[in-house]
Amino acid sequence: MAEAMIEFQSVTKQYQGGQAAVDDLSMSIDKGSITVFVGPSGCGKTTSLRMINRMVEPTKGTITVDGKDVTSVPAAELRRSMGYVMQSSGLMPHRSVLDNIATVPRLNGVSKADARKRAEELLDVVGLASGLGKRYPSQLSGGQQQRVGVARALAADPPVLLMDEPFSAVDPVVRDELQRELLRLQRDLAKTIVFVTHDIDEATVLGDKVAVFAVGGKLAQYATPEEILRAPANEFVASFVGRDRGFRHLGFSAADGVTIRPVPTVTRGGNADGGTDVDARGNAGGWRLVVDAESRPLGWEGPGSGSDLIPGGSLFRPGDTLRRALDSALSSPSGLGVAVDGDGRVAGVIEAAEVLAVIESARRVRQDAL
Amino acid sequence: MSIFTETFEWLADPSHWAGSSGIATRLLEHLQYSGLVLVIAAAIAVPVGLYIGHTGRGRVAAVAVAGALRALPTLGLLVLFALIAGSGLMPPVWALVILTVPPLLAGTYAGISSVDETVVDAARAMGMKELQILFRVELPNGLQVMFGGIRTAVLQVIATVSVVAYLPLGGLGRYLFDGLVLQDFPRMLAGSLLIAGLAIAVDLVLATAQRLLVSPGLSTGPKGGRKAATTLTAAAPATAAVQGGSP
Amino acid sequence: MDWFLANSGMVFERAGQHLVLALVPMVLGLLISIPLAQVSRRHPALRSVVTTLTSLLYTIPSLALFIILPPLLGTRILDPLNVIVALTIYAVALLVRAAMDAFDSVDDDLRQAAVAMGYKPAARFLSIDLPLSLPVLFAGLRVVSVSNISLVSVAALLGVGNLGILFTDGLQRTFVTEVVVGIVAILLLALLMDAVLVLLERLLTPWTRASAAASRAEPVTGAEFIADAQVHAGARP
Repeated sequence: MAEAMIEFQSVTKQYQGGQAAVDDLSMSIDKGSITVFVGPSGCGKTTSLRMINRMVEPTKGTITVDGKDVTSVPAAELRRSMGYVMQSSGLMPHRSVLDNIATVPRLNGVSKADARKRAEELLDVVGLASGLGKRYPSQLSGGQQQRVGVARALAADPPVLLMDEPFSAVDPVVRDELQRELLRLQRDLAKTIVFVTHDIDEATVLGDKVAVFAVGGKLAQYATPEEILRAPANEFVASFVGRDRGFRHLGFSAADGVTIRPVPTVTRGGNADGGTDVDARGNAGGWRLVVDAESRPLGWEGPGSGSDLIPGGSLFRPGDTLRRALDSALSSPSGLGVAVDGDGRVAGVIEAAEVLAVIESARRVRQDAL
Repeated sequence: MSIFTETFEWLADPSHWAGSSGIATRLLEHLQYSGLVLVIAAAIAVPVGLYIGHTGRGRVAAVAVAGALRALPTLGLLVLFALIAGSGLMPPVWALVILTVPPLLAGTYAGISSVDETVVDAARAMGMKELQILFRVELPNGLQVMFGGIRTAVLQVIATVSVVAYLPLGGLGRYLFDGLVLQDFPRMLAGSLLIAGLAIAVDLVLATAQRLLVSPGLSTGPKGGRKAATTLTAAAPATAAVQGGSP
Repeated sequence: MDWFLANSGMVFERAGQHLVLALVPMVLGLLISIPLAQVSRRHPALRSVVTTLTSLLYTIPSLALFIILPPLLGTRILDPLNVIVALTIYAVALLVRAAMDAFDSVDDDLRQAAVAMGYKPAARFLSIDLPLSLPVLFAGLRVVSVSNISLVSVAALLGVGNLGILFTDGLQRTFVTEVVVGIVAILLLALLMDAVLVLLERLLTPWTRASAAASRAEPVTGAEFIADAQVHAGARP
C-alpha cells in the first residue's frame, strides 16, 4: 500500500444558501501518483481540488498534506509549496515567459538571477525552445501557454502539483501531446499530482487512480481506471463512463492469449539482383505480406492487385493490449493483423475472430469470478 | 489683415512672454494650480480606487457618488465655492478637487477590476499575498485602463483651471477674460491657442509615459489594436464606454 | 425660494435656451457619427485618421474652442452657433468611436445570414447593424447628454444665454441663492434628459430587457464607471 500524501477527512463545502458543493468527502491520495478527479460540471471536483491549497476553505472536516493540517500553515505559504496549473494558463500578461516561470521562486526570496536560471532549465524540461523565454504570454500558442503554466508550477520543485482542467482548452491533437508529456515528466519527477478533468478518457489515460464525483459533491467511486471501466460501482458511474466503456476497457487487458500464425511473405530487395523472395508458408486467402530485407512489414499484395503495394494497418507489438490487437486486425486490408517482435520484424499475423474469442473468454472468466 | 495674423504677432511679441503677467508666468501658474489639484485629488482617489478595485467592496456607493457628481456643472461649483468660502486660491482648488476625484477614482477602479480574474486567481494560487497581488499583478496589468482615467482627469483639470481666472485668479485663462473685457480678440485667441496647446502637449507627455510604463506584454501578439490605443486615443475614452455599454 | 418664484419666468427661459444648446449638438453629432463610423470602419486608413483627429479635438478645452471657432466660422463671439459647433465636435468625437465599436461588435455571422436571406446593404444596415448597435449608441448618447448640459453653462462666461448666466450674474451680485438655483436647475435638466434617453432606449430595444435581467443583478460594472470618467472628461469648461 502506497504512502498517503493528501487526506480528506469528512470534508464538506457548503456555499451560502445552496446545496453542498462537496458532501462529506473522505479519501486518501497516494504519494508520487497521479490521482484524477473526474465528473460532470457541478460535481465539486474543482472545489475539492481548491480546498487542498485553501483557495476554498472547507465548511467542515480537515485536509492534511504530508500529515499536516493545511490550516496550520498560512495560506500564502501553503500555496507556494504546491504547484497549480489552471485551464486558462493564468499567466501574467505583463511579464515575460521566463519571469512568469520564476514567480514562485522569486516570492520565496530566490535571487533574480538564480530564479531565471531555474526558469530556463524548466523551459527545456517542458519541451519549449529557450528562445521563447523572452516572449510575452500573448505571443505563444495555447499549447505553449499550458506548457509554461506547467513549468511555472514546477519552478519551486513542490512535492504536490494541483492541475485544474489544464488541457481542456487546447485542441485534441495538442491535448494528446500534452498528456504524453505529463506522463513522461511524471516518470522522472514522481510528484503527487491531483488532476481535475471532465473527460473520462483523459482520466483513464493519466490516472493511477480515478475518483468519479457525482453531482452534489458525492464521491461515487475511487479506484484504478481499469476497475472503474470494468466494474462501475453504480448506475451513475456506468453512465458517466459511457457506452463504449467495454471497448475502452480492452485498453487495459493484455492480449497474451492470441495466437500468432505464419503468413505468406514477399521480400522486396532481399537478394543481390533486387528481386523478390517468396515464402509461401501459411495461408492468407490469397494475400501476401510484403517485407523488406530486415523482415520489416511494408504492406500487402492482394489477390487481384499483382505486385502493387497496398498500405497495411496498425501493428501489433509484444505486450500490446487487446484493444491494439483488435485494431491491428480490423485496420488491415487482408483482415489479418500484423504482429511484429521487439525489433519490428514480422512475427506473423493474428485474426480478428480469434481476438474476439479471447475477449469473450476473458469476459466469461471475469463473470465467473464475480 | 486677418485676426490670425494679429494673434500670431501678439504671440510673437517678446514683451508678452516676460514679466509678472507674461505668458511664462501664466503658464507656470496654470501648471501649479493643476498640479496642486491633481496631487490632492490623487491622494484621495487612488487609494480608494485601489481598495474598491481589489476588494469589490463599496462599488455601489462609489458609483452613486460619482453619478451624482457627474452632472454637477463645473462653473456653478467654482462660483459657489468662491462665494461661500471667499477669495483666494483654495476655494476653487477644493471645487476642482471635488470634480477631479470621480474620474480618477473611476479610472483606478476600472483599471484594477479590468484585470483578468483568472490571472488574479493564478497569482493567489501561487501564494501571493493580497498586497503582492495588488501591486505586482493588478496594478501593472490595469495600468493601461488606469491611464485612460488619469489622462481624462488631467485634461479636465487643465481645462477647468482656465476658468479660475474668472474668479479672478491667474493662469492662462487670464488672457481670455482680460481680452473679453478689453475687446482685444487677438489676446483671447492667443490665450485659447495656448490653453489648447498646453492640453495637447500634456496629453502627449502622458501618452508617452503610458507607453513606457505599460508592459509591452499587454500590447503585443494576437490581441492587437491595443498599440494604437496607447497613442492619443485614451484621452477620449469612448472605446471604454462603448465596451461598457455593450451587453 | 422666494427669489426663484419671483424669477421663475427668467429661469425657465434660460433653461429652454440651455436645453436647445445641449440637445441640437447631440442630434447633429448622432447624424454625423453614424455614416462617418460606417464609412471609416471599412477603410483602415480613414479610421486611424478619424480616431486621431477626434481625440485631438476632444483634448481642446471647451472655453478655448468657443473662442477659436468664431474667426474660423466667421461668427461673432456671442453667437450661440459657436457653442453648437463646439459641442457637436465633442459629440462626434465621442459617438463616432462608440458607433465604430458598436458596428464592429455586431456578429458577422448575423450579417452573412442577412445577406443570404436577400437583404440589400442599406436594408441590412437599417434592420441588423443599427438596431443591434443601439445599446452602445445610447450609452454614448447618455454621456454626451450629461456632458453637454454641463458644458453649455461655460458659454455663459462669454455672454451666451443659458442657465450658466445665473452663475456669472450670481458672482457679480455676490448672490448665493441664484448660483444654487442654477446648479439645481442644471442637475434637474441632466436627470430629465437621462431619464428620457433611458426610456427611449427601452422602447427601441425591447429584446435587451429579457437578456439583461441576469446582468442587471450585477448592479455596477467597471464600464459604467468608465462612462462616468468620460462624463467628467466632457465636463471640462
